[in-house]
Amino acid sequence: MGIRSLGQQGIVFAVFAVLFAVFAATLPGFLSTSNMLTLLQNVAVLGILGLAMAIVVIGRGIDISLIAALAVPPGLVLQMVQDGHSLPASLAAAFVLTTVFGLVNGWLIAYAEVPSLFTTLASGLFLAGLGQAALFKLDVVQWSPGLEGFEKLGQGNLFGIPMPIVMFALFCIAVAFFLRRTRLGAYIYAIGDNPNGARVTGIPTRPIIVLQYVLAALIGFGAGLIMAASVNSMPTRIFNSTLIYDVILVVVLGGIGLSGGRGGVLNVVIGTLLIGTMLNGMTIMDVSYSGQNLVKGVVLLAAVIADSFLNPRNEETAQQGDI
Amino acid sequence: MTRSGSGRTLLKTMLFGLGLTAAAASPVLAQKGLDEPFQGAFKEALAGKTVAYVPVAMNFDLTEGWFAGVKKELEPYGVKVVVRDPNWSTNAGAQAVTTLISEKPAAIIIHNPDVQTYAKLLQRAENEGIYIIQINMGSSYRSSAFVGANWIEIGERDTEAVVNFCKGKSNKIAIVQGALSAAASAYTLKGVENVLAKNPDIKVVSSQAADWDAAKAKAITQTVLKQNPDLCGIVGFWDGMDIGTAAAVKEAGLTGKVWVSTSGGGERRGACDLVKSGAFDLDLSYDVPTQAEQMAGMIKWLVSSGVKPGSVKGSMYTTLIPITKENAASDTACWNLSDLKK
Repeated sequence: MGIRSLGQQGIVFAVFAVLFAVFAATLPGFLSTSNMLTLLQNVAVLGILGLAMAIVVIGRGIDISLIAALAVPPGLVLQMVQDGHSLPASLAAAFVLTTVFGLVNGWLIAYAEVPSLFTTLASGLFLAGLGQAALFKLDVVQWSPGLEGFEKLGQGNLFGIPMPIVMFALFCIAVAFFLRRTRLGAYIYAIGDNPNGARVTGIPTRPIIVLQYVLAALIGFGAGLIMAASVNSMPTRIFNSTLIYDVILVVVLGGIGLSGGRGGVLNVVIGTLLIGTMLNGMTIMDVSYSGQNLVKGVVLLAAVIADSFLNPRNEETAQQGDI
Repeated sequence: MTRSGSGRTLLKTMLFGLGLTAAAASPVLAQKGLDEPFQGAFKEALAGKTVAYVPVAMNFDLTEGWFAGVKKELEPYGVKVVVRDPNWSTNAGAQAVTTLISEKPAAIIIHNPDVQTYAKLLQRAENEGIYIIQINMGSSYRSSAFVGANWIEIGERDTEAVVNFCKGKSNKIAIVQGALSAAASAYTLKGVENVLAKNPDIKVVSSQAADWDAAKAKAITQTVLKQNPDLCGIVGFWDGMDIGTAAAVKEAGLTGKVWVSTSGGGERRGACDLVKSGAFDLDLSYDVPTQAEQMAGMIKWLVSSGVKPGSVKGSMYTTLIPITKENAASDTACWNLSDLKK
């Protein structure tokens, strides 16, 4: 019975542990401190996005527009600085844009009651289109001298630990504190678990839902800044990539159910570690691109199948449905 | 008497007339120009024509540069240059070409996403009387003109530079490819292989596709450098992506110790500035403004010649400009999009 109570989080952690042990035993240099830091650094942005998605998913929503929030506001910062504006002014403008974007998302979902999937699908397209049509001259917004020093956010070190990892850790602590230690965080769990019940007990559900999307957009903005600083440019075309699926994967794989109300920061960390370990190990082994996709697919399928064997659909999922 | 008198008068008149004619004729000759017989027909052939442009997507240095350059060359002759932007969607691109065939522009400039998708459509277009100019990425159908980089040559020259630099060092190199589905990436890889076949002592420790994505290129390069700190060179396939490759090299503190070769369109911020900063050691540029001029030149020639589309076929491979520390600071090695648009 022990394995039955493991849950998805436990299964994924076990998969991660096995993979990690195999790589550590077979790949020379895998276990070195510097490679561990590289591993973490390479998935830090993905992890931060996972945190943003987690906040929304726990509240029984989904935010497909996250990649637009990652790409467009930081792109705006780079573009404005390139055009001669000061860094603080550019950051402020992008912050306002992100907040407004989150508010619109939240308002549509909470007050107009449009399903979150469709709302964010459309609003993400809108924001990405706005960026391409009106804000940027080119898809890849290049670094400019006015940003001198800002690249430390993505390339610097703190006590030997690369900045993206430090930022991921800080985001983890902040989101964990918010979800577990504040009243607003508890409300999000309540809404995710049972929205109608939450409303009946007097929780201001609509403003809380708006807050979720604003927070998600702002965290996305932060992740985008770290990414831009890390590669000295903002490739805004990333909106067209499959990154959003990776983010959902990290969240769901980590064990945050799409039906809401479950999971937390730890799940995101575990999901991120699994993806990071797979990517790093396969890069060291120089596995071909298609080979990597194959392995990724098999591992994910295995995790999902194991989960549905160990945690069969029950009354609750039958009533609420899941994705 | 009368006869002789009248005869003399006649002679006088004639002489006078001749003198008058001569005096009058010479300035008339100087003022009257010579009509160049061909320019009128040329202008007539071009005026009011439409040239359509279907890139894989707008909004990046190459495609924006080509568009601006072609417009600058053709618009003064009354040619309308229209763009259909499929924004990275192969489907949308094929649809755009299909619609264009029925709209019958004089010529279509095509930037192929791969070698197969548009091939049949391009053939149909030329059969319908539309000249097809292919830019940088050719399809399996050979049309009236191809203007573009020779990817095999790019792969060879980039790799030769790395191999040269590696002499006497570890001989370990890494390759950062583009997207696997892109023929440009596969052709470049072939060029890399050609050089490696001649240098069996060079060891490729990593050859991965980064999907033209700077963040992915950085992640791959970081891992490779941790694993092989004595790496001596990296062959990258596009400067827009290799900005990530270079960032990883810089973070590892290996700038100058690891040679980074790459290629691109030669836009100042994306190429010269990065070579100057030491991020790239060699950036082979296919100079976008020159390519644009050559495409416009081909269109002028084809449209004015009146040859049947598809009856002549030729290529115009771009002469590459190697951008290194020596010429990165010059005014001519790179170009500015904003200047080209003026």
